[in-house]
Amino acid sequence: MSMAKARQPSPQPSRKQLLEFYESMALIRAFEERFVALVTQGKLVGTGHLCVGQEAVAAGVCGALEEDDYVTSTHRGHGHCLAKGVDPNEMMAELFGKTTGTSKGKGGSMHIADFRKGMLGANGIVGAGMPIACGAGLTAKLTKSGRVAVSFFGDGAANIGSFHEALNLASVWNLPVVFVCENNRYGEATPVEYALAADHVADRAVAYRMPGVIADGQDVVDVYAKAREAVDHARAGEGPVLLECETYRYYGHFLGDAAGYRTAEEVESFRSRDCLILLAERLRRDHEVGENQLDGIRAEMEARLDEAFAFAEASDDPALDELTTDVYVSYP
Amino acid sequence: MTAEERVITTREAINEAIRDEMRRDSSVILLGEDVAGGAGREAEGLADAWGGAFAEYKGLQTEFGSERVLDTPISEIGYLGAAVGAAATGLRPVAELMFVDFIGVCLDPMMNQAAFLRFMSGGRAKVPLTLITHIGAGIGMAAQHSKMLYSFFTHIPGLKVVVPSSAYYAKGLLTAAIRDDDPVVFCIHKLLLGKQQHVPDEAYEFPIGQARIAREGNDLTLIGAALTTATCMEAAEVLVADGVDSEVIDLLSLSPLDEETVLASVRRTGRVVVVDEGFPRCGLATDVASLVADKAFDHLDGPVKKVTAPHAPVPFSRSLETAFMPSATDVREVALQLF
Ligand SMILES: Cc1ncc(C[n+]2csc(CCOP(=O)(O)OP(=O)(O)O)c2C)c(N)n1
Ligand SMILES: [Mg+2]
Repeated sequence: MSMAKARQPSPQPSRKQLLEFYESMALIRAFEERFVALVTQGKLVGTGHLCVGQEAVAAGVCGALEEDDYVTSTHRGHGHCLAKGVDPNEMMAELFGKTTGTSKGKGGSMHIADFRKGMLGANGIVGAGMPIACGAGLTAKLTKSGRVAVSFFGDGAANIGSFHEALNLASVWNLPVVFVCENNRYGEATPVEYALAADHVADRAVAYRMPGVIADGQDVVDVYAKAREAVDHARAGEGPVLLECETYRYYGHFLGDAAGYRTAEEVESFRSRDCLILLAERLRRDHEVGENQLDGIRAEMEARLDEAFAFAEASDDPALDELTTDVYVSYP
Repeated sequence: MTAEERVITTREAINEAIRDEMRRDSSVILLGEDVAGGAGREAEGLADAWGGAFAEYKGLQTEFGSERVLDTPISEIGYLGAAVGAAATGLRPVAELMFVDFIGVCLDPMMNQAAFLRFMSGGRAKVPLTLITHIGAGIGMAAQHSKMLYSFFTHIPGLKVVVPSSAYYAKGLLTAAIRDDDPVVFCIHKLLLGKQQHVPDEAYEFPIGQARIAREGNDLTLIGAALTTATCMEAAEVLVADGVDSEVIDLLSLSPLDEETVLASVRRTGRVVVVDEGFPRCGLATDVASLVADKAFDHLDGPVKKVTAPHAPVPFSRSLETAFMPSATDVREVALQLF
């Protein structure tokens, strides 16, 4: 990476940190699988874009952020929200359209936002988060708050105009923004090698005079190390970074997509490099963490989801007059 | 089953209209995001996996090949602009914008380019472009995937706008749109895609700019478009018990608007309710109401009434979303105020 100034090499994550990554990824996995189970059982009507398989990107990148740093997310945003500390109870309630949801039931899966946590919003419009992250970066820069903005986006979103405009803008204004591409190899049913006129999304960084870095998106340690370096770079006032994380989504584009555009063998090959399995191996090998402890973490996360479901179920539907509230701050 | 009885979905009707025009005219092409799916994977048998996000185009790439059925990167301003350029230079593109809400990232090719090229070239250029786009609420996809926005396009001189209410009109209007030499925006409500109706086998055009009387009546004119035509029909049935004999007009085209059919009906009934799932300000209902107020005022027995969505984004929560959309109960309540 051609980061401008030499700095301390990123410290290897400690055992404690690794366990936190494991917990974060296990929570995201449990949340998504619970969502699938609830829909399958008919307890929840609807669909969503699941990030199962991509958890290491959310956990590793958000693990490199401070609590008040900003994040813009995508339609596939549950993982980013959870990793940034949004309350699973409120998220689950949002999926049920309840008043206690992050958006009082008005936004749904694609619009989860929590400004208290720096989560500026999932987004239903591909590419929309990147310029918004530039704006958050501009705020940070002008107010000298020291915050950094991270914008998650997909490989497909690298082909929309807002990507190019946002990267250029971040560079010419020298903004503290890290653009994190989750390259899961598909935009809906379209393979990345068809849609992207480059070998890697990160190759495009050079066109906007910023460092372009590729991380193994299945290995949370690699994601964390490279995100940490990028975030430090941005925070130090050295400008934006484009970080591409190579990953994969196990489910289709949305829950219900049969994904007939890829082979079962391909899915299997990525599943064999599952982020939770890779991290478990590392924890056992380097830190003597036993299987029991990891089972315990996953069970804890399941219990967390039991609680979230109970919370959502017990919450109220919005009253009908909520239709026209929250549209403006004031409107006579 | 005889050919006359053949019943197909709106989704299939759309497929047929494009297929027939592509067979008839080699200049017709289809382009958009995942209109086939699995792009570049023909050899592995994985292409044409989707046939569009709503599966209307299934099989078209298999029949016509990837040169005429083109999956695009997620680059709306790019491929819509290219569709305008291709249309102006001899092709007859059918472009898809998956959700009308996405027009936010690519309005310029439609608004400043396709719409005005004819005028700005002094009548020398033509842009035979069809834009298919999905409109409407009702599938739990919230604020950024559920709008109507047909009034955006209707607002722009140079664009034609059609809004079918069922499979039969979808096939006829889409065929007419593809054959038309002007840019036409074909807005199809998502909740209509799975609905079935008798649709003739052969290709046919339903004329752009022509409304239809969906139900005849003498006391009241209910005016709908897209899904609200069915809402009006339902309300008309309920209003029978109230002793009200309603006429229902299905607009089908918003630009040009069939003013004569609307005015003739209102002049006869003297009462009108316009039902529109769009936002209430500067919208379709406002536009039709102003037409009636302007040209049929002397025939009115009461104010021109509107039933629309509220001035608010489409909510996620199911109960709120249902309340957001005009219902037959809403229409009945407003209609009864006129008696
Ligand atoms: C402007 C816009 N165009 C198209 C869509 C429809 N759409 C939603 S997600 C998606 C694919 C996005 O692919 P990618 O950026 O790779 O993200 P992934 O789904 O793989 O996480 C598309 C085309 C949209 N929501 N917004
Ligand atoms: Mg992708």
